[in-house]
Amino acid sequence: MKEVVVLSGKGGTGKTSIVGSLATLAERKVLADCDVDAADLHLLLSPSVTQENEFWSGQVACIDLDKCSQCGLCQELCRFNAIRDFQVDAIACEGCGFCAHICPVAAITMKENLSGYLFLSQTKYGPLVHARLGIAQENSGKLVAQVRQRARQIAVEQNLEYIINDGPPGIGCPVISSLSGATLSLLITEPTLSGMHDLERVLRVCRHFDVPALVCINKYNINEDNTQRIENYCSAQGVTLAAKVPFDNVVTKALVQGVPIVEYSDGKVSQEIKKLWQKIHNVLEETKQFA
Amino acid sequence: MIISIASGKGGTGKTLVAISLALSLKDSHEVTLLDCDVEESNDHIFLKSVVTGSEPINMQVPQVAKGKCIYCGKCARVCAYHAIAVLGDHVLTFPQLCHGCGACSYLCPEKAISEEPRQTGVVEWGHSDGLGFVRGILTVGEAMATPVIRKVKEYANGNSIVIRDVPPGTSCPVVEAIKGSDFCLLVTEPTPFGLNDLALAVETVRKLRILCGVVLNRAGIGDTGVEEYCRRENIPILLTIPLDTEIARLYSRGVALVDGMPQWKDSFYRLFNNIKEIVNERSCGVKW
Repeated sequence: MKEVVVLSGKGGTGKTSIVGSLATLAERKVLADCDVDAADLHLLLSPSVTQENEFWSGQVACIDLDKCSQCGLCQELCRFNAIRDFQVDAIACEGCGFCAHICPVAAITMKENLSGYLFLSQTKYGPLVHARLGIAQENSGKLVAQVRQRARQIAVEQNLEYIINDGPPGIGCPVISSLSGATLSLLITEPTLSGMHDLERVLRVCRHFDVPALVCINKYNINEDNTQRIENYCSAQGVTLAAKVPFDNVVTKALVQGVPIVEYSDGKVSQEIKKLWQKIHNVLEETKQFA
Repeated sequence: MIISIASGKGGTGKTLVAISLALSLKDSHEVTLLDCDVEESNDHIFLKSVVTGSEPINMQVPQVAKGKCIYCGKCARVCAYHAIAVLGDHVLTFPQLCHGCGACSYLCPEKAISEEPRQTGVVEWGHSDGLGFVRGILTVGEAMATPVIRKVKEYANGNSIVIRDVPPGTSCPVVEAIKGSDFCLLVTEPTPFGLNDLALAVETVRKLRILCGVVLNRAGIGDTGVEEYCRRENIPILLTIPLDTEIARLYSRGVALVDGMPQWKDSFYRLFNNIKEIVNERSCGVKW
């Protein structure tokens, strides 16, 4: 079983559109949407949900005002400013439980928090594991870890070879959770100064967690000078540039129809994504199985 | 007044809007731009900013004094994040899991735990041609963006108009970045992805009881779902930016929209006045 995780640093470079197409090209795989706080992959794959599980994670402090003596110690000690006027701000509360431990009259209890849902779906491209983090909830990293764990389970049960993981933007907690222990990362960038700046940081995260990376430049013809600079950067860093996908409105047209681009058109974009999958496939074949 | 620029979906144009709004207002108002997208901050690329100061951002993590510890295990039991473990006569700490709540050091019966700073990022401040600018940078490999964002917010000049460039998504870093704003502009694009993530972002700002309006970027590229949604939900579309290759090229070169196409300044100025009007109506108790 081998897992490729698609990241970008900068948002909106085309991760989900490309993963949607990889879903149609790869065989014997399970798909995982690890962008749990703004998941979009389901919009391309028309899934039917076969299993839904609650995601309980973390706790929230709850003050029993009948018991509270209004001594104010909890307010004074809370580092997250989550208690004001003996009321808990559930959004600010990080669930550390400090207040419950120190309350002299035991008026504070910690309540389990329903922070989202985990779904297993069937699509015509194979199984999809996805999730929805509750609005303004924490622990996105833990939910990502559950999505990946479920995807691995499915891969084992159904004897599937690949996990294709659509990652979140950024470099923080959910990205680290999507990346650690993966076989390969595919970094989607665009030829803008922002895209390049963010590629450089996300590549450093991959190195930090020792996951090899491939780069794909999306919308490469928007600024060919910058594309050249990314190519130079990749070769200086010893990172393979796997594909250069042109900008074409047809990608948005396919998205509006709710289908992956390679199914919608056979133009240059689709040709390039097919080449991209071939490269990813070759690299995965050369990589040793992970335990 | 504090205006946050958020989106749900990444890459819809938050930075473009935040920079252009700040640059359009800076000649007539005192303005501070805060780059709260500390994982991937980009505002500095578009500003010729001068950094005048910086400060490391530290988490307070436990340090156990071996001579004092009696291995009672209290710290491990109270830590909600499993950042400290006691195995026989060994205490292990996992600083990257620590949220810095301080429970372990406070509750240790032997007072064997002190707190040590551990750097997770840096905040920089300066200016760009009259515009105040603050930027947070999360260290590569670090997971927790929220403490860095919290620090960036502290450096805002309270007397100025504050514009916060928010990270994508809807989880804790976004909540921290928009908390305390008077208004949240949600930048989206007219596609099914843009719509799906806009709806999540709207739920988030409503949960925080913050007023919002929409900027529709790359108008003309997809479908009419976003406009229909905004009508249904009674959310004003305050600015529409068309799909234009010239705008995309300027962005790719790191040139602010209002620098490359100064005719846009008026639109951003009007956008600000519309926001001001909405915020004032609310504070006068007029139902919006």
